Amino acid sequence: MSKSKEQLEIKINKNWCKGCGICIAFCPKKVLGFDDNGKVNMNDRENCIKCGQCELRCPDFAIFLGGIDNE
Amino acid sequence: MKNSELVSKYMRDSRLPHIWCPGCGHGIIMHSIIRAIENLGLDKDKVTIVSGIGCSSRAPGYMDFNTLHTTHGRALAFATGIKLAKPDMKVIVISGDGDASAIGGNHLIHAARRNIGITTIVFNNNIYGMTGGQYSPTTPHGDFGTTAPYGNIDRPFDIANLAAAAGATYAARTTAFHATQMTNYIQKAIAHEGFSLVEAISVCPTYYGRKNKKGSAVAMMNFLKESFVDVKAAERMTPEQLQGKFLMGEFKHNTQLPEYSAEYQKIVDRLRKE
Repeated sequence: MSKSKEQLEIKINKNWCKGCGICIAFCPKKVLGFDDNGKVNMNDRENCIKCGQCELRCPDFAIFLGGIDNE
Repeated sequence: MKNSELVSKYMRDSRLPHIWCPGCGHGIIMHSIIRAIENLGLDKDKVTIVSGIGCSSRAPGYMDFNTLHTTHGRALAFATGIKLAKPDMKVIVISGDGDASAIGGNHLIHAARRNIGITTIVFNNNIYGMTGGQYSPTTPHGDFGTTAPYGNIDRPFDIANLAAAAGATYAARTTAFHATQMTNYIQKAIAHEGFSLVEAISVCPTYYGRKNKKGSAVAMMNFLKESFVDVKAAERMTPEQLQGKFLMGEFKHNTQLPEYSAEYQKIVDRLRKE
């Protein structure tokens, strides 16, 4: 990844999330949680350190560090 | 952007989400494979991914390379043909524990014996998931499966060491929890000239986990985190400390032995001259 951390943001594709909870359990800052549908939700964007541990172990490619500009 | 750059580049994203159960470790291993390919900077058209039958063998359907979904256990036989026809191709076989060590057990040991330049990634979830949880050659002794309702009396295979003993020149084991290390091993395995095998320990919360009361996917991932010890660290541990632990790491890395398709080419070249 060539982008610096400031240009990155955690993005979630809820259509692909199956709610296994692996990303939530292994997040070192505990900023992720479940939403009302049992899928992953970013609860605390301020404290996210953008380490990418969630992306590393998501079995469903549903959470990742993506560019902040492109939507 | 809807998906990560890596997914857009290497996956057939119209096929996603995949069919694997919530918390299945196979997706983590598939992600590690594409990360390894990205790190190596391989041309997508110069990579062929071959699989047999089983949960793991669905993976090539989601991956945007030359892909082949073959018969049960025979992925290595098809891959051998591809490697001999196109020696420049990077051939990667994705197989499950049952597919690689039971149905395709002979193909595995003979591909290893020949030291043919194929990389085999075994997605080991300790059970036959797709068909409903029958015990496989890697189901631990005493554990339960649909076909072992009173506990499994077999002793399990150690696939990484089986391949190493049969002649594979690169053999390693790692787990879905240790995904960064997995990417590293897969990268080394793909770059390796001879037969390389990475045994990737997966988790199956639906069948193996439920039959053996292992808890949620998160609990099973924590089990991997806590019970796998690197071979180098294990050398300094006492037998008591190693009680109930499993070994991971690189078991064999030999770059001296000749690769099969290159040896075959030498014969072709020699006979053409004569």
